[in-house]
Amino acid sequence: MTQLTLDQLEIGSIAVVRRLNAGGAIRDRLMDMGLLPGTLVLAEFRSPLGDPVAYRIRGALIALRRSQAREVEIDLSEGARE
Amino acid sequence: MTAQTVKLCETCPAYDASALKRLGVKVGAANYVVALAGNPNTGKSTIFNALTGLRQHVGNWPGKTVARAEGGYDFNDRQYKLIDLPGTYSLLSTSVDEEIARDFILFGKPDVTIVVVDSTRLERNLNLTLQILEITDRVVVALNLIDEAQRHGIQVDARHLSRRLGVPVIPMAARRLQGIPELLQAVEQVAKGLYTTRPHRVHQFGAKLERALNGLIAQIEQEYPGLPNARWVALRLLDADASIEQAIRDHRLGELNRDIEAASTEKAAPAEVVA
Ligand SMILES: Nc1nc2c(ncn2[C@@H]2O[C@H](COP(=O)(O)OP(=O)(O)OP(=O)(O)O)[C@@H](O)[C@H]2O)c(=O)[nH]1
Ligand SMILES: [Mg+2]
Repeated sequence: MTQLTLDQLEIGSIAVVRRLNAGGAIRDRLMDMGLLPGTLVLAEFRSPLGDPVAYRIRGALIALRRSQAREVEIDLSEGARE
Repeated sequence: MTAQTVKLCETCPAYDASALKRLGVKVGAANYVVALAGNPNTGKSTIFNALTGLRQHVGNWPGKTVARAEGGYDFNDRQYKLIDLPGTYSLLSTSVDEEIARDFILFGKPDVTIVVVDSTRLERNLNLTLQILEITDRVVVALNLIDEAQRHGIQVDARHLSRRLGVPVIPMAARRLQGIPELLQAVEQVAKGLYTTRPHRVHQFGAKLERALNGLIAQIEQEYPGLPNARWVALRLLDADASIEQAIRDHRLGELNRDIEAASTEKAAPAEVVA
């Protein structure tokens, strides 16, 4: 099975961050947004053009581009589908 | 929202009705420059408006303040120039409008930085708070939105937080003007050096890294005499921060510094300390 990344998370679903693949500035940005291993993320809604997507992360709504979300490996959170 | 009394808490012992004068944009020679920093949507502009009497746009969607706004107030016969900054999550990985905030916090030489935090999202907000405590000890934390926190059943132990962070922490509900007198006092005390802060710092560097840092700092200071926070810049260089590298390469770091100084330091000679 291939590793799921955050850009593949369906709207309304919750996942747990497994690891960050990016390095450098993108990694810093993702961590500053609160995305650390173990963090719960909910995909809330998609912008009209499909990119970016708004995620609920540690209480705030954060818009991430697909190129950023792709760098975040996730595990689906059991029974967390809404 | 229903009408509210727009009076500061007159029954509070700390509050002296004559102590605050809102100066609007009329701040010429201020004694102190105070910056309002914090994550997006934490109430910075609400506090700015309460203190200056101005009407900086207040919104309930992040990213409302996109450029910095300046205003002033007078408290106990000292003039303060207040700078309202755009919201930012971090000093490290900034977007374009976050850069305005980062640059002022780092290079604008504020006498005091008020970090406005959302008490319902404390964990997220402490990231920026700790980063700011790394570079300055003149910080007051405004623990805002405590009314919201209470509504959600969240209680924050402000005293404990203050002990841990080493700076004053003032619980506030800025929209109801709660905590404003206490904030004014804390800012005054830190500005005058009457409150000795002991900022919590995360890093303990080894001797090898310190040597590398000091070497870089010397070079930066030679290139940019008087640049505040050369140590922070050196750390970013060691971390291969491409935006800082570029800023140094095209001499923007120095420009930026001069630019900000021209805007913020028509302030009078520092006031003598009156206890
Ligand atoms: N309940 C409550 N709401 C507040 C409080 N302070 C500010 N607000 C509201 O929070 C929202 C954001 O306030 P702003 O002052 O615009 O926040 P800001 O930090 O300047 O936002 P940016 O400039 O976007 O970073 C507004 O709807 C305010 O009315 C408070 O103490 N309690
Ligand atoms: Mg604002």
